[in-house]
Amino acid sequence: MTRFAIALLAATALAGAAGAKTLTVTPGPDAQERIQTALLDAKPGDVVELAAGRYDLTDGLSLDVDDVVVKGAGPDKTVLSFKGQKGAGEGLLVTSDRVTLRDFAVEDTKGDGLKSKGSDQISFINVRVEWTGGPKETNGAYGVYPVSSSNVLVDRTLVRGASDAGIYVGQSKNIVVKRSRAEFNVAGIEIENSMNADVFDNVVTRNTGGILVFDLPNLPVMGGHSHRVFRNQVVDNDTPNFAPKGNIVAGVPVGAGIMVMANRDVHVFENRIDGNQTAAVMLVSYTQKFDDKAYNPLPRDIVVRDNQLGRNAWDPQFSGGQVIKAMLGGKVPPIMWDGVTTHAQSPGVAKVRISDGPVLNLNLPAPGQVEAAKPAITPTVGDVHVAEPKAVVLPKTQADLGA
Amino acid sequence: MRLGLALLAALASLGAAPKPEPVALEALLAEAPAPRLSDYRLFADAAGRRPNGGVTPYALNTPLFTDYAEKFRYLYLPPGAKARYRADGVFDFPVGAALVKTFAYPADLRRPDQQVRYLETRLLVRKADGWVALAYVWNAEQTEAVLKRAGARFEVAFTDGQGAQRRIDYAVPNQNQCKECHQLDRTLQPVGPKARNLNGDFAYATGPENQLAHWTRQGLLAGAPPPGRAPRTVRWDDPAEPLEARARAYLDANCAHCHQPRAIASNSGLFLNVEETRPSHLGVGKGPVAAGRGSGGLSVGIAPGRPDASILAFRMASNEPGVMMPELGRSLVHDEGVRLIREWIAAMPAS
Repeated sequence: MTRFAIALLAATALAGAAGAKTLTVTPGPDAQERIQTALLDAKPGDVVELAAGRYDLTDGLSLDVDDVVVKGAGPDKTVLSFKGQKGAGEGLLVTSDRVTLRDFAVEDTKGDGLKSKGSDQISFINVRVEWTGGPKETNGAYGVYPVSSSNVLVDRTLVRGASDAGIYVGQSKNIVVKRSRAEFNVAGIEIENSMNADVFDNVVTRNTGGILVFDLPNLPVMGGHSHRVFRNQVVDNDTPNFAPKGNIVAGVPVGAGIMVMANRDVHVFENRIDGNQTAAVMLVSYTQKFDDKAYNPLPRDIVVRDNQLGRNAWDPQFSGGQVIKAMLGGKVPPIMWDGVTTHAQSPGVAKVRISDGPVLNLNLPAPGQVEAAKPAITPTVGDVHVAEPKAVVLPKTQADLGA
Repeated sequence: MRLGLALLAALASLGAAPKPEPVALEALLAEAPAPRLSDYRLFADAAGRRPNGGVTPYALNTPLFTDYAEKFRYLYLPPGAKARYRADGVFDFPVGAALVKTFAYPADLRRPDQQVRYLETRLLVRKADGWVALAYVWNAEQTEAVLKRAGARFEVAFTDGQGAQRRIDYAVPNQNQCKECHQLDRTLQPVGPKARNLNGDFAYATGPENQLAHWTRQGLLAGAPPPGRAPRTVRWDDPAEPLEARARAYLDANCAHCHQPRAIASNSGLFLNVEETRPSHLGVGKGPVAAGRGSGGLSVGIAPGRPDASILAFRMASNEPGVMMPELGRSLVHDEGVRLIREWIAAMPAS
């Protein structure tokens, strides 16, 4: 203990702003205790620096100090391996504000990779989260996982192998996910029960589903809205669904490019969407039973425009997809809307504007009633004006991290 | 009663010892935590077996399961200070209060008074600006406990109540992990000492007495009604109590520190605190939100009448990180707890 304290003191050097320190941790024995101690000792303004090398960890790490940067030597140089994890759900849990996690990798956590709960201004920059055995049901659920957070920045991250979503933002607001790569996850990127997300310039490939924008009932934060999904490459999402049953993403059909479920004001534009066998874009209602009186299960005020569509929807895998394909003579359009426009808990009539096409409108009378589908194909759907949500603006210091 | 006997034995030996210095309130209130547990003088002996003057043992009707560890709990209040009674939530403790909990294993759980090894003593100290959580780990000689902020693991072997050998990898939580379970509205709070969980008899050296009555009589607690008018959580393992009440008491003690609207698992929408009445938030027919493989391939938290189809029972019956719940504080499955929750689910009318 004493020996260790002295080592830490020696490693502690004044840097940058007055009083701000860098606490350096190096690989080796007792890495668990040394990293965790640095995360406990850090004071606001400090940097916890994880030197290059591999760290074999047995328990989840956590940070609860505001204004701290946790920084490695690069996502292929500083590797936190949780292969031998014995306890706690996630790799690193952040519960404080104005925290930046950058330039390191987290591998093989038993649960989620990097999580923040209730953080304001949480940034994930140039990090890698990976399950190294490839897609497996036993992999952890989420790779990069901010939840109940505000001002979220995910930039230049790489996530592979998550058994739920690679990058998952839940019950949060003011969100930027950009320049990241998600592959071999069940869902590449998922924005759930959240407000104001900009998801752009990402590469989302070889997942089951590419980018999901969902809203679910019975959660403390509900009524997701105002997202822009643009300039992403959503390509070849062809990994069979390996999510454990029961999870909402276990119902995502393989080859769903971009999927919007039960949300409002979602704009999908200027993406390149190619090689997704179920659909390029799907707009669907929440189909499971719920008793939440405040929940709206329909997608509404959705815009799909100016996307570059390659070959998609040649073999749709959603429930009833094969029957519909047969009804349509074997050729299924790349954009699909379930066509549900009214619901007891949805005010007015749900509107969409889909200017990319052709569009398959299933004209379902109610969520999930695929057996009552009256499929119709039109070049486009709807001409309503739906104002585009304003660009997400993060606080300046945080935005600068992602410049 | 067991504890009472141990305490009596301890008190008997006290007579021979010189009167110890009082509890070091200034050490409890110092900004930096003391490096050794003995610095606080909460105990009259180096081994931490005999509480010092002003340190009162207590027990909870339904406690958290921690790998079958024995827990010895104590309350310290500064001289003349009182806790204020609240019917709901934990009491309002004065600055300087300390809640002390030692985790220990007898070599054989069937002989709980013999060969008891202390592993760690955790403190929750009420400072002027809030609670602080600290863990002190005992040495092998059982003569000293030192501060461990970053957590620790060590092997513990014991014989369980059925005579089976158990070997566990015991985990001392790191300081943030203390806070994960002990936070309410993002501030650190005690979990156990609520009126309803203290409202029961304790075997004091002077004889059994209701704890609320005893604390009031000793001047430790102000504003408490007579025990009969205070809320009471049942003992989860008392077969004389209704199944529903036992199950809800168990879930409240073992899950609700995280699974309630104001704590760290609020985003799950699964609320297992005793106050919750909405079936969907208790898990009935509720799909998982962020469970991942913790779902076990099952669709809902609770499927009434069908424990095998209920994620709640599945995760309690696992000891695999990433699947098991709670995710901190245990490595073994609490067989008796799982049995109780399965019985409760089985008894729910299937709709």
